[in-house]
Amino acid sequence: MSFLKVENYRKSFGNTEVLKGVSFELEKGQVLAIIGSSGGGKTTLLRCINFLEIPDSGRLYLNDELLFDASEIKNDNYSDNDLRMKRLHFGLVFQQFNLFPQYNVLGNVLLARRLLDKQAVKNKRKELISSGMPKSVVAEAIRTFEAELEKATNSEAVALIERVGLSDKINAYPCELSGGQCQRVAIARALALTPDVLCFDEPTSALDPELTGEVLKVIRGLKSGDRTMIVVTHEMEFARKVADKVIFIADGVIEEEGTPEEVFDFPKSEKMKNFLRSKENKEGLYGEQPSCETAE
Amino acid sequence: MFWKVTLSLLEGFGMTCYIFIVTLAASLVLGLLIAFGTMSRFKWLRAVLKTVIWIIRGTPLMLQVMVVYYVPGFVFGVTPFGRDIWQFIAVFVSFSINYSCYFSEIYRGGIESIPKGQYEAGQVLGMTKAQIFFRVVLVQVIKRIIPPMSNEIMTLVKDTSLARVILVKEIIGKSEDFMKEGLIWPLFYSAVFYLVFVGVLTILFRLAEKKLSYFKV
Repeated sequence: MSFLKVENYRKSFGNTEVLKGVSFELEKGQVLAIIGSSGGGKTTLLRCINFLEIPDSGRLYLNDELLFDASEIKNDNYSDNDLRMKRLHFGLVFQQFNLFPQYNVLGNVLLARRLLDKQAVKNKRKELISSGMPKSVVAEAIRTFEAELEKATNSEAVALIERVGLSDKINAYPCELSGGQCQRVAIARALALTPDVLCFDEPTSALDPELTGEVLKVIRGLKSGDRTMIVVTHEMEFARKVADKVIFIADGVIEEEGTPEEVFDFPKSEKMKNFLRSKENKEGLYGEQPSCETAE
Repeated sequence: MFWKVTLSLLEGFGMTCYIFIVTLAASLVLGLLIAFGTMSRFKWLRAVLKTVIWIIRGTPLMLQVMVVYYVPGFVFGVTPFGRDIWQFIAVFVSFSINYSCYFSEIYRGGIESIPKGQYEAGQVLGMTKAQIFFRVVLVQVIKRIIPPMSNEIMTLVKDTSLARVILVKEIIGKSEDFMKEGLIWPLFYSAVFYLVFVGVLTILFRLAEKKLSYFKV
């Protein structure tokens, strides 16, 4: 079975049905590009995968295990905390970055990880105490455990910041960074929690055209053996070059699905053909660079 | 004479500061709780709190002080805890409720002005609701509400004089005593205390704003 499997996701807002039964599968290490025109449900799908929105119906399997079942949530089987733990399997990079303005680059990358570390320390202490260890020994063990965790977390964060090419900005605040730099910090921040699936919601749509390149380069650089990624994007060139699989969504259903070659070169559905045609026209209008595409 | 007046006014000013600090401490906390209540998902709680806020903000503080102070005496025929203590309790209760209503609306405005994306970013990073509020949102809210808060807090400095209506001897009450002896200048002298107090607050708020100017929200 596949690494990630979304089964029959449906979501309505009021009377508008945004997702009308979306299913797809993804292998470990694959990059999935989700394309489609505005209002088609791409972002909603991504938000449902991250449980920022709760699907009305559908199931999600991760690593062959049922992670989420919408019918269970109706019976109130999931508490806030359950959802929180489920979310940790997924990372999300937002269109508007959503960095925490009061923390510097390092602080943004560290914050959530540190909080999880604290929880881990707490759990460890409970575990040790219940195992009957004398208090002084527990305190000592916890101290070393805590110090090791902190050291590991810090060096990981520093490495991640280096990876997105911002080592010289490690102490800068978001307001001192360009949009592209902010987005790279956001990517490092998402990676810091080592999610099983990293999602990008139009990561370059809020950027000036000349800044999209640096962000796309970082995302491309993340593609490696076992990092599974889902990218909602308007960058057709990027989708074609980086994705292993492309899904075209229109009006809440998957219209076209396959490898980039299949979807871009031999589209079957009329909607996909029209979509590609309109993209080409726009690219013609705005100049020769495909990375200038920032519609929506 | 000057020293006698100064000492007496200082004593009154002590009372002014006392009312100010206790009210401020209580309403900063109570205001936040009311703000959460007005944003809660329980409709009835929102309705109750909105009505309370309307009544408290819609009637004079002087009237509220008098109601709290005199009503128990009229209804039950007793002043609880003796007059001196009850005076202060009445001031404390009415001032705290009054100011927490004003503060709650400032808090609410500040909290609601924080973009949804900040909460969502915290959520996808696996943070709990409390962690998101205290680690992410709160400092941004504080930065945003400093200007309206400083206004309200400076008003509180001067509103402490309303305690005089139930005969609490704060600074204006003290200077009034001298007026009865035929001295008018202590009245102006008491103004100096307020001016210095508000001046100090102005500087403090400016420092706080400067302290939080390292980031933009």
